[in-house]
Amino acid sequence: MSALDHLTVLLRGVPMTLAVTAGALALGAVLGLPVMLLATRSPWRPVRGAVRLVVDLVRGVPPIVWIFILYYGLAEHVVRLEPLTASILGLGLISSAHLAEVYRSGILSVDAGQWAAARALGLGEARLFVDVIAPQALRIAVPPAATFALNLLKDSAIASVLGVTDVAYQANHEAQTSFDTLTLYLLAGVLYIVLGLPMAVLSRRVDRRLSAGLAR
Amino acid sequence: MSLGFLTDWAHQLPILLDGLRTSLALTVVSLLVGLPLSLAFALAVLSRRTAVRLPALAVVEFGRGVPALVMLQLVYFGLPQVKLSLESFAAAAVGLGYVSGAYMSEIVRAGLRAVPAGQFEAARASGLNLIDEYRYVVLPQALRIALPPLLGFAIVLFQATSLAFAVAVPELLSKAYAVGSATFGYLEVLSLAGIVYAAVVVPSAIGVRALERRLSRLST
Repeated sequence: MSALDHLTVLLRGVPMTLAVTAGALALGAVLGLPVMLLATRSPWRPVRGAVRLVVDLVRGVPPIVWIFILYYGLAEHVVRLEPLTASILGLGLISSAHLAEVYRSGILSVDAGQWAAARALGLGEARLFVDVIAPQALRIAVPPAATFALNLLKDSAIASVLGVTDVAYQANHEAQTSFDTLTLYLLAGVLYIVLGLPMAVLSRRVDRRLSAGLAR
Repeated sequence: MSLGFLTDWAHQLPILLDGLRTSLALTVVSLLVGLPLSLAFALAVLSRRTAVRLPALAVVEFGRGVPALVMLQLVYFGLPQVKLSLESFAAAAVGLGYVSGAYMSEIVRAGLRAVPAGQFEAARASGLNLIDEYRYVVLPQALRIALPPLLGFAIVLFQATSLAFAVAVPELLSKAYAVGSATFGYLEVLSLAGIVYAAVVVPSAIGVRALERRLSRLST
């Protein structure tokens, strides 16, 4: 089999790789917001401390362990999840913890004067946050979020261990019946890099445009 | 909910700690492979010669861009095609060592960049040759700057050793999975494994953060 034939097989895994990455990213982006709000803006100190501890714990456990807990652990007594669902939930959970951090540092880097100015204008807490702080914080948070998405794309390969038919799965499946295993894995590796390129380029471009916009 | 799982945990913990030893050993060996690689990669990428710089860049970008899991499988299942068969632990150490070398080379490179140009000039003016310039003047300063992020990376690497499950290294996750499939008590033993990982990672991360704060206070 030629390298081109191998590539055709590997390309069949691209939709699943993108599905796991996009699913986990979307879940994390949505869940990360309340997590960040609870960790930073809750009026109760114990709540802030507890949420931060949970975030640290979630990030302290490797992604593959989370996915195994959801897939094998819950299947016995609680709920039998599909491999794809378990992968998206597991990676989404970790993403929410990471993205909460990204949001938090974005908000922290908004100048304190902006809060004071918005309050002086008489904006309520919600309007202040949505109209003044969030737009500035999001701009700052885009490059680290893009970097995180790139890492997530690579972590998505873990789903192949459960049998999700992504790029890594196709490589392993093909390697079992092929002699040029090295070629297969090299191609799979390059394919992941190519899939990540748009995100890498985007994060760098946004980065430059943002810093140009914020330069004084 | 019964507390029966606590007695199970008491039986399972020694098995998992045995796996933890393997995970820690794999972390250390991968770092020992990765650190010299990272220095070589960093110096090669900073080289003025295009014939050195471009291949080095390609090697670093491949190491950073490929999922660690795929890299482990590449070494374990792929290299035998060119008659390079490694057993599990060695394959995992080579794969994670290469990935670490690529990631850490970025950290080391940032450290080298942060050494003021005057230090290079002063070293040369003192008549040091290139090797001594780096050994006595540049590297001690660069590595000190790079120390906290390198330690931070070591924590990430420790977590990544769980991927060695896929190439049959008897590390922490493999042990937990084996116990789970023998007892059909996956939830219990996998949760315990998660706790053991977090028990290593969370305090280490707090320690690195504290060190970072102390070093940044010392330098100002």
